[in-house]
Amino acid sequence: MSFPWAKQYTPTTDFGQWMDKQLPLPRFVYNSVGAGYPAPRNLNYMWNFGSMAGLFLVIQIVTGIILAMHYAANAEIAFDSVEHIMRDVNSGWMIRYAHANGASFFFIAIYLHIGRGLFYGSYKAPREMLWLLGVVIYLLAMATAFMGYVLPWGQMSFWGAKVITGLFEAIPLVGKPIQELLLGGFAPDNAALNRFFSLHYLLPFVIVGVVIMHIWALHIPGSNNPTGVDVKGPQDTVPFHPYYTAKDGWTIGLALMFFTALMFFLPNALGHADNYIPANPLSTPAHIVPEWYFWPWYAVLRAFTFDFLFIPAKLLGVLAMFSAILVWFFLPWLDKSPVRSGTFRPKFKIFFGILVIDVLILGYCGGAPAEEPFVMISQVAAAYYFAHFLIILPLLSRMEKPEPLPNSITESVTGKPLNTAS
Amino acid sequence: MATVETADTAVAEEGGVRRRDFINIAAVSFAGAGAVATVFPLVNQMNPSADVLALSSIEVDISAIETGQSIKTSWRKQPIFIRNLTATEIAEANAVDVAGLRDPQTLAERTTAGKENWLITLGVCTHLGCVPLGAAQGEIKGEFGGYFCPCHGSHYDTAARIRKGPAPKNLEVPEHEFLSDTVVKIG
Repeated sequence: MSFPWAKQYTPTTDFGQWMDKQLPLPRFVYNSVGAGYPAPRNLNYMWNFGSMAGLFLVIQIVTGIILAMHYAANAEIAFDSVEHIMRDVNSGWMIRYAHANGASFFFIAIYLHIGRGLFYGSYKAPREMLWLLGVVIYLLAMATAFMGYVLPWGQMSFWGAKVITGLFEAIPLVGKPIQELLLGGFAPDNAALNRFFSLHYLLPFVIVGVVIMHIWALHIPGSNNPTGVDVKGPQDTVPFHPYYTAKDGWTIGLALMFFTALMFFLPNALGHADNYIPANPLSTPAHIVPEWYFWPWYAVLRAFTFDFLFIPAKLLGVLAMFSAILVWFFLPWLDKSPVRSGTFRPKFKIFFGILVIDVLILGYCGGAPAEEPFVMISQVAAAYYFAHFLIILPLLSRMEKPEPLPNSITESVTGKPLNTAS
Repeated sequence: MATVETADTAVAEEGGVRRRDFINIAAVSFAGAGAVATVFPLVNQMNPSADVLALSSIEVDISAIETGQSIKTSWRKQPIFIRNLTATEIAEANAVDVAGLRDPQTLAERTTAGKENWLITLGVCTHLGCVPLGAAQGEIKGEFGGYFCPCHGSHYDTAARIRKGPAPKNLEVPEHEFLSDTVVKIG
């Protein structure tokens, strides 16, 4: 794969040559994220969030492995073992706050990364598989984050586990047995806590595996770019290293500054005070909400307060919540417009902006109490969300007249035609 | 390469050192220092935590230990032997030519002045960490009447000094202090 003008890896030392013959790992790295990967020269800052999500995944794995050294996955002592980490373990408070806030930063990066893909049409041919793998990563990350939130065994942990596994109860006929199978009991208890811990430790490594496939799938067509125009020649690309390693490094430094500021000065700003109360199966907190990164989908879940045809409201809500993300799997075939980048699609641009606002509204409603006017707003916003993907995008791709595309990336950058640019 | 500036085309300044070289070195050094500062707590978390260190000293009531008896207790999750030596045992320990020992120490160096009959040692063989026999009633005391490690056959004398077998050192005497005639603080 890669472009024919990609720089070739040439080991200079004897050891390098010996290694390259037996296990060409340095060559693999060189071709993936080194000088051997020619990337479009016009990538803007929205292209920085993939590597940032990767960095926060690594931070989560490192801090998580450390926390597992001190944590006890037993319903009797789990809460106390987290307090032990906070009070007794050397720097334990810092490592736990890094892990708790690192999850938020992972999702910030991943949401901006998904938003980039949506606007610039990165899901379109020839990158459908790349997009599908990305959706799989997102789903795995949500499952991992949910199970991680259960582990401290506070009030929000317990009731979060109860509510989310309760979703499965909505499935007709087999719902109840499935819920009991997932929990290993009738309510969250030791069995559930242990399996959540086991899976919370496993899934990040599954994510790493899918991330490797995601990057593999990326390198076959190469990166998309803000114009959406294909790379036509060597003048359209620069080597990934040092150009994009340096650029990514700069935003990673910036992100780490915000991350450490939050971690050291506002470590509980994104958490819930209720989770510092030990789990009590006999008392539900007044206001149960998931972590902020689940709010939009939680709003979709709660938007269904009415039965429709013969389907009960509860089942509708669950189906809608899962569909809200599963619809992304069909996106490459819903948006048929041959123009990738939203920059050259005047109407799409407007609807994309509305979608972003719509998701933000859903997010706000998901974090608010389940009362009016939030329920009504969620219903309208959820309806618009599905309309965007199922009605607006397919129609737009037929009716919209896109603006003329630049002939090449170089032309869009230099303003000169391809042949005279160099 | 269009208008893209490469390292080769950048103009070298004073003595072949470019401004970019300085930026490179400064950035990498700064990141390196940051990495070291980050790694330190990530490794230090493996050291004993505050609750473990809180158990680091204990007080033992020794009033019930008769002459010739010994007890086993636990300190920092390790066995401790507290032995009330008989006059004969003290005499045997003092009769040994210290210079000829593998780990030369007198009984006086291993006990508190005025309390030479109280021998307090870790019950951890200095060879590979087994618990030697000899503290409890009826256990083998080895050829020198002190302790005997059954794992690899180390013999300790009545001052718990290594006399025979593979162990390199005498049984360790932990830091201890008599708070009164009947209470000793270990650690």
